[in-house]
Amino acid sequence: MNMVDVKEVSKTYKQGKVAVHALAGVSLSIAKGEFCALAGPSGSGKTTLLNLIGGLDTPTQGKIFLDNDEITGLSQSRLASIRLNKIGFIFQSYNIIPVLSARENVEYVMLMQGVPARERSERARAVLDDVGLAGMHDRRPAELSGGQQQRVAVARAIVSNPAIVLADEPTANLDSQTGQGLLEMMARMNEERNVTFIFSTHDRMVMDFAHRIIRLKDGLVAHEQIK
Amino acid sequence: MNFHMAWRNVWRNPKRTGIILVAIIIGAWTMLAYCALARGVMASSLESALNTLTGHIQIQNPGFREDPAVENRIRNPAPVAALLDHALPKGSCWAFRVQAGGVASNARNSQGITIVGIDPEKEPELSFYGNATAQGRLLEPGDDRGIILGQALLDSFETKIGRKLVLMTQDADRETASRAFKIRGTFRAEMEGTEKQYVFITLAAAQKLLGIGDNVSLACIRLPGRTGQDKAELNPVVEALTRELPRDLTALTWIDLLPLLKGYLGMFDRFMLLWYLVVFIAMAFGLVNTMLMAVLERTREFGLLKALGLTPVRIVKNVLLECLVLLVIGLGAGNLLGVLTIYLFSGGIDMSFMAQGSEFWGLGRLVVPFVTAKDLLSVNAVIMGLGLLVCLYPAVKAAGITPVEAMN
Repeated sequence: MNMVDVKEVSKTYKQGKVAVHALAGVSLSIAKGEFCALAGPSGSGKTTLLNLIGGLDTPTQGKIFLDNDEITGLSQSRLASIRLNKIGFIFQSYNIIPVLSARENVEYVMLMQGVPARERSERARAVLDDVGLAGMHDRRPAELSGGQQQRVAVARAIVSNPAIVLADEPTANLDSQTGQGLLEMMARMNEERNVTFIFSTHDRMVMDFAHRIIRLKDGLVAHEQIK
Repeated sequence: MNFHMAWRNVWRNPKRTGIILVAIIIGAWTMLAYCALARGVMASSLESALNTLTGHIQIQNPGFREDPAVENRIRNPAPVAALLDHALPKGSCWAFRVQAGGVASNARNSQGITIVGIDPEKEPELSFYGNATAQGRLLEPGDDRGIILGQALLDSFETKIGRKLVLMTQDADRETASRAFKIRGTFRAEMEGTEKQYVFITLAAAQKLLGIGDNVSLACIRLPGRTGQDKAELNPVVEALTRELPRDLTALTWIDLLPLLKGYLGMFDRFMLLWYLVVFIAMAFGLVNTMLMAVLERTREFGLLKALGLTPVRIVKNVLLECLVLLVIGLGAGNLLGVLTIYLFSGGIDMSFMAQGSEFWGLGRLVVPFVTAKDLLSVNAVIMGLGLLVCLYPAVKAAGITPVEAMN
């Protein structure tokens, strides 16, 4: 059963009078529970593809299905609802709300989903403990290291049991040791919770962890490798 | 949590928040202070006018207002007295008066004046007559030879207490009537013109001078406390009186009797609104600027929130909540300062330093600033309502940020 189906998707950006083809007819499928990396050099279209799968952007052509539902052509509020309930995001940096504590950051998504306060708090504490942040629940982002902040982001991404987690170069701003720890944790989440992970990366270490690597080049799938 | 987030966001840049808070506080404070001063001036003008023999309501012959001559009098005052004794709200007071134009003279001078025949027991509660004695004493019941005049008139006649003053007028038979009265006392009024215009004798003396038996010119009514300041308060009383009043008489409010004053007070109300608007516009620029800066420097954050699934409407709500926090703090402090300022001047502001100017505007010598609950509500509603309205611009701007743009 596929979690993601991308069919003949193109994305063209206008830069002044110049049209930039970020994706040029990409088709691929990602099954439920995969731990998959979109790899490729800068400008190959991996972040664009991740944004399109996450409903953050709309394709110029083609169709995208998430959990068998088509998301192309949906309204902004419908897309927001899908992002809230089906997708967890981890970004490269600046990805947690600076005025909220680690626990509040994790709770915030559940607040928007309408989860009752007590349940929110319990689930947030449990998932923070799970990502190795026991005892740091009430720290603000400024009081956490980069690696710890990314762990908060992972906790926030998985706390509401999304169908899929999209991570855009999650280790780019971390040292190799911290990055490895984070990847081990995400791999464990993938195994234990059967959450589908899709990374965009050009980090060798992330590719080593991935079960499947989809290499993009010039907006097209150039090569696929399944381990 | 939304409130916590808004609260913490507001204090992310304490210096900027402090500056806009000072602007809101000063705005609310000056609005309240100006409003209180304007209300004080309006109340002083109204009180001064009501005290100058107008009262809240007068029962008159319908022709008296146009031509206050002795012919246009109340010829049968007994039913009116009976009506006023039972139909007025509790705490009201009333009295009959005889009023006629005339001339006062002594060996040195003669001057046109208005002769006012009063009930010495009831009049002190109705007009300035009761609490403005400058020299001597007030009239006593049965003192049909006594006269009270303004200090300025006494000075112009170069006379003194105990001396005689002759009053001359036209009686009910259109014959000239005159009589000498002994000066018992003088009064001080807010305006010199009032001191020179009115002389007071007893009701009986005036009736005798004019030859009108027990007839009177009018009945003057004062309603209790601060009631009777607008139509809504006056109309029910007037309607109740009119229902039972003899057909040949009419009940007029101070608004009917002093239309110019009503217009002047209305103008003050409009000035107040204008002042609110001027202060608010100055404040709004600061508010929009602050909120816009707060939004623009958090572009990535708003992008992140949208990526997480926040709808544009929720982002608008979040920004407005931050705006609300600023407005509530600013209004709280501004109201406190405003109320303290009003309390500080609750003893009244002495306007005698601008006596001629204040006399021109019909102002009393003492202006006591005050605000009504409605004023407090309108100041806060203006700042809160328009404040949130202008914050919509940065809020919509924040809602328009797309995650892809923000994250790049």
